Amino acid sequence: MSEAQGASRRRMPGSTHAGAEGSRSSAEHAVAASLEETLPSAEELAFQRLIDDDSRVEPTDWMPEAYRKTLIRQISQHAHSEIIGMQPEGNWITRAPSLKRKAILMAKVQDEAGHGLYLYSAAQTLGIDRETMYEQLLSGKAKYSSIFNYTTPTWADMGSIGWLVDGAAICNQVPLCRCSYGPYGRAMVRICKEESFHQRQGFEILLTLMRGTPEQQRMAQESVNRWYAPALMMFGPPDAESPNSRRSMAWKIKRFSNDELRQRFVDMLVPQAEVLGVTLPDPDLKWNEERGHYDFGELNWNEFYDVLAGHGQANTVRLANRRAAHEEGAWVREAARAYAAREDADRSALLERIA
Amino acid sequence: MSASAERQRPDGQQRAEQQAAEQHETWPLWEVFIRSSRGLSHVHAGSLHAPDAVMAVRNARDLYTRRGEGVSVWVVPSSAITASDVDARDAFFESAEGKEFRHATYYTASEGVPHL
Repeated sequence: MSEAQGASRRRMPGSTHAGAEGSRSSAEHAVAASLEETLPSAEELAFQRLIDDDSRVEPTDWMPEAYRKTLIRQISQHAHSEIIGMQPEGNWITRAPSLKRKAILMAKVQDEAGHGLYLYSAAQTLGIDRETMYEQLLSGKAKYSSIFNYTTPTWADMGSIGWLVDGAAICNQVPLCRCSYGPYGRAMVRICKEESFHQRQGFEILLTLMRGTPEQQRMAQESVNRWYAPALMMFGPPDAESPNSRRSMAWKIKRFSNDELRQRFVDMLVPQAEVLGVTLPDPDLKWNEERGHYDFGELNWNEFYDVLAGHGQANTVRLANRRAAHEEGAWVREAARAYAAREDADRSALLERIA
Repeated sequence: MSASAERQRPDGQQRAEQQAAEQHETWPLWEVFIRSSRGLSHVHAGSLHAPDAVMAVRNARDLYTRRGEGVSVWVVPSSAITASDVDARDAFFESAEGKEFRHATYYTASEGVPHL
């Protein structure tokens, strides 16, 4: 079902009042018409009631077009991020330092594929189909998280991705479990359960390196230096520059602002970095007794917008890989469909013979 | 997490839209139900695309039971599910409303009487 078809199927706001019109005088009619322009419709009220009651909006409920569009954009971008996010780690599967690490990394990458699929399904409940979302990703029309446009030059990056990138993702995603849109929240519950393994395994990789030789310690520290700031930018621009996030919070899609989540993440990281014995690369990072939080330095948002605009280390290669995988897999999808069609035909022929 | 079953409306237009979407998509959509352990019902876990029922069962295993979440999987083509009409929800479920006497809590005379 396309979005446009979905819109034509839904009743337009105000149409519920249409029945009584025959008995109205023209003056009454004018008053009613102007009222209908200003008063929210029954459907809008019902939607707002769900939001106010902290209830959940389900796919068959009426919802404002902007709410639907926002969710389609957010959920599909989230799905694309999981799918593209397989690449930086996929890069290290063949080079993992042990069979155990290789098995773990494969399991993690498989989880990311799974997360992408849960999220695509959630987005489909809003009326967009899978193929359209794939096209949007492959054509570059849809975005995915910029963090995956950074390269992974050393094994320690597998540790940093788990600890910092998945850590930031968890921080972002736990509140999304209570998102006002039911299918998104349910997908997030499943995803969050699996993400905690990802973060812990990353932490363990870094801890193992930090307990190793001076070279291994240096490798871990350099990797943390590379990933720390990009991980903090995963929460998105500062609140003042993020006008859409206010609306998303009013709709209870988002429960906390970008800056609130970033602060929460930094506060969690500092004691974890102490256990690891790594230094977080921010000279301004220090405890603020008054606020009860860690202060941290200004992030380089120019870099963020640059990567977003396509000038990151790996934007081109990530999309090229994804396109190649999609195109090279086309014959598999077609063959499977042809096989299914033949099986169907064989079964029908058999049933006819029996009859 | 399920896709089309959740937005199902049992009218002709819905069905036509669904068929159009299915033709556009490479593989049809399936709804997945998982029995997490013996003695429990199969519960809806989500949905996925697969070319046929056999592949749908295998994909469902890989997608929804990577950590031992299930001992049995059902898959159903999403297009085979008929759902109640959401627009008529209130009227449809009305007969269960206002019948407190169907609940044990309605009967207060037995309060304080043991084992009742």
